[in-house]
Amino acid sequence: MKVVKNLYRDKLGRASFIFILLVMLLGVFAPFIAPHDPLAVDMKLRYAAPSWEYLLGNDHLGRDILSRMLYGIRPSILWVFVALILSVCIGAIMGFIAGYFRGNVDAIVMRICDVMLSFPIYVITIAIVAILGPGLGNILIAFILMKWAWFARIIRTSVMQYVELDYVKYARAIGRSHIHIIARHILPVTFSDIAVTASSSMGSMILQISGLSFLGLGIKAPNPEWGMMLSEAREVMFTRPELMIAPGVAIVIVVLAFNFLSDSLQVALNPQLRKPKNRSGLKPFKTVLNEKEVAK
Amino acid sequence: MGVFIVKRILITVPILLAVSFLTFVLISFSPMEPAEAILRAQEVPVITDELIEQTNEKLGLNKPFIIQYIDWLMDCLQLDFGDSYVKNESVWQLVGPSFFNTLKLTVVSSLVIILFSVLLGVICALQEGKIIDRILRTVLFVLTAVPTYWLGAILILFFSVKLDLLPTSGMSGMKSYILPVIATSLGYIGIYFRTIRSAMLNNLNEDYVIYGRSSGLSEKKITMHILRNSLQVSISIFCMSIPIILGGTVVVENVFAWPGIGSLSIEAILSRDFPVIQAYVLIVAVAFVIFNMISDILNAALNPRIRNDNS
Amino acid sequence: MKILEVKNLNVWDIHTGRIIVHNTSFKLEEGRCLAIVGESGSGKSVTCRAIMKLNKRSLQQTGEIFLKNEGLHQLSERQMRRKRGKHLYMILQNGMTAFDPSCVIKVHLQETLQTHFDWKEKEIEQKMIQAMESVNLKNAKELMHKYPHQLSGGMLQRIMIALALVLEPDVLIADEPTTALDTISQYEVVEQLMKIRQNMKSAIIFISHDLGIVQKIADEVLVMKDGEVVEQDDTQTIFVNPQHEYTKYLINTRRALSDNFKNVMRESLYC
Ligand SMILES: Nc1ncnc2c1ncn2[C@@H]1O[C@H](COP(=O)(O)OP(=O)(O)O)[C@@H](O)[C@H]1O
Ligand SMILES: [Mg+2]
Repeated sequence: MKVVKNLYRDKLGRASFIFILLVMLLGVFAPFIAPHDPLAVDMKLRYAAPSWEYLLGNDHLGRDILSRMLYGIRPSILWVFVALILSVCIGAIMGFIAGYFRGNVDAIVMRICDVMLSFPIYVITIAIVAILGPGLGNILIAFILMKWAWFARIIRTSVMQYVELDYVKYARAIGRSHIHIIARHILPVTFSDIAVTASSSMGSMILQISGLSFLGLGIKAPNPEWGMMLSEAREVMFTRPELMIAPGVAIVIVVLAFNFLSDSLQVALNPQLRKPKNRSGLKPFKTVLNEKEVAK
Repeated sequence: MGVFIVKRILITVPILLAVSFLTFVLISFSPMEPAEAILRAQEVPVITDELIEQTNEKLGLNKPFIIQYIDWLMDCLQLDFGDSYVKNESVWQLVGPSFFNTLKLTVVSSLVIILFSVLLGVICALQEGKIIDRILRTVLFVLTAVPTYWLGAILILFFSVKLDLLPTSGMSGMKSYILPVIATSLGYIGIYFRTIRSAMLNNLNEDYVIYGRSSGLSEKKITMHILRNSLQVSISIFCMSIPIILGGTVVVENVFAWPGIGSLSIEAILSRDFPVIQAYVLIVAVAFVIFNMISDILNAALNPRIRNDNS
Repeated sequence: MKILEVKNLNVWDIHTGRIIVHNTSFKLEEGRCLAIVGESGSGKSVTCRAIMKLNKRSLQQTGEIFLKNEGLHQLSERQMRRKRGKHLYMILQNGMTAFDPSCVIKVHLQETLQTHFDWKEKEIEQKMIQAMESVNLKNAKELMHKYPHQLSGGMLQRIMIALALVLEPDVLIADEPTTALDTISQYEVVEQLMKIRQNMKSAIIFISHDLGIVQKIADEVLVMKDGEVVEQDDTQTIFVNPQHEYTKYLINTRRALSDNFKNVMRESLYC
């Protein structure tokens, strides 16, 4: 509750949160909000400039850009979000098992993580896309397969810290069940670490997945997706550069919002970072450390 | 120090083995049967089961899985990755040169990243809270959210089309490096510059700074000490960034038609050229692991705590 | 002769407005040792850093500080820098973090002495070796070429003291110099500080929450609680006849602790 209060006090964090929520809602309710069919081709309207009927203009096939942007929220953000949640869940389960029980289980899980993290994310995605064929689903599978290892590592470290605390030791000593201890004593305290890590990787995941769509490995045409729209716009980049504006700006703003939110979340969970100096430093440092983790 | 290096190398070997095994397994999941693919590539008119059986025999594809893996690994160690399904060349002929093109782009970008991260990080730390610090921080924060391919396209539109200063794509001479390097570096500079800035600021509050001041040292001397300690972070960042960038140049290569291993891999995926994909995955992953190892060792060499540890 | 005088020192945090040190005044005579005691968080370190004007920028201070009748509070940062080291010198609690971890010890010693004296490298080395030997550090020459992490906390603490011997500051501030040490190193450091007292004219401000050491080393004691001075008197008087409740409490807790300690020792002897 205190966290929510802290977050609420942070203006930028609050604005980012509301913005992200809004964007997600727009994506969920795209069919009701979108003014046109995102797939409807109308060759008469090719490259039409913005008008009252088509607020953002029309693309090379005369499709309504605004509607495509709205539908594009689904693969570009919502599905990425789902993939993130899934990999965090897998990572959390593995991290908890490793950090709580230690011993051989821990060793095995960590060695698997080591190997998974020895592949750069793009490389493994390309390998999986090569086997399963291009498609958004396959990319998301690749991401879930890769990212859980990263989360597992971080969550394990965090769990290990708390397992050593006296009240956890006490709970173990009086014979409480493992499930009880994890659910009651460890999950609540590690939750903040999980939330911060997850939120800080959302931005980079959006960028990476839209990048793969841009390469033509993601969602299949004619379905709208922001990276894909940029890829289509690139074909006519020299004659119609304005087509690159809407999807590009949208990605930048959404990723920025996620980055701001993750910064604020960190401060909210750990108020002593409120001092301006620390605050500006911490997040990227953690990111780099995480990348180092990934690299190891 | 010697012990540390040996240990670090010893850890790397099993990881490399696991990585290669996983690569092998992954690609053997591919839906197309290798024998069939090869026959297709050789443009054999009618592919009979018999012919496939013969080819399997010839290529050792009937042997147990693990033996196949060892054979394959031995070949790979001699840079023999087989022949491309699609092009009439050996895989190494395709992958080798493009890997080095990627490496060039990576190294130049890393140098640019480290140079600017340190420069801007130090400026901002010394000017903490002042207007320059705030502006730079905001600009760089925004840049971390910009997709590389979009940035690349904007750079092309502006510098190549509008100003006609630089080539739009390809790899021909020094000039063609500029835009791809900028597109690759900017996002990373945004991340690493903040790290260096906060390393400087953290050092600012260290005990040794207070003790230095209480001994009456000049601000200049103290700044030199802070720099010295922060630089360590910078160098480890430099080493870290190489493998990360190496694994992520696919997009930039695509935008600027850079003849690197990333472009090659996309081409291979679209034409289902599995040996090339396999070689790509293996080479980049191995490079990634090895660069990480080097980065750890360099890092240790810079840290007197580990350097002088003789145990 | 009065060497240091602090009048109405106030320190507060500009972000939160919290007052950390409240209206503190005290005097220090030449060659005397003043101990500041109080539980952790009571503002002892902040007071000392305020005297040296070394608190973080987020802490503001008002009040008058006179070193040999010169008002430090009026000096610019530049003039203040000339005072530090040569006239006012501070030893930190944790020797392990007090030296730049990426340089050998000698770098700091040399830079400091070069700042304050026109000595050549050889001369500096000689003086340092002599000083280090007098605080019982053997192989001084080799020690100077070691990195901080290769030495123990006690050794680093004594190196800081040795530097004080060469600098001969008017006031030496030692901020809990023994807290981070094990008992034996504590004893050695205290020993050296006592020796300094005998050999130098320097006045010492000694911060500690170990009342045993304080009783041994200090001429006067100043008791702080929550940023305020609650009692200030001769060591003798304070220990024999504490006035303030808090002082009584401190002395009693210590007595209880050491009685407890004796009991434990006795028991373990009998077993
Ligand atoms: N830079 C600072 N900013 C804000 N508060 C501080 C700062 N430094 C110390 N304080 C606060 O001042 C109080 C006194 O600290 P300190 O002088 O270090 O205590 P001690 O008596 O243990 O040396 C503490 O409550 C601490 O939280
Ligand atoms: Mg203190």
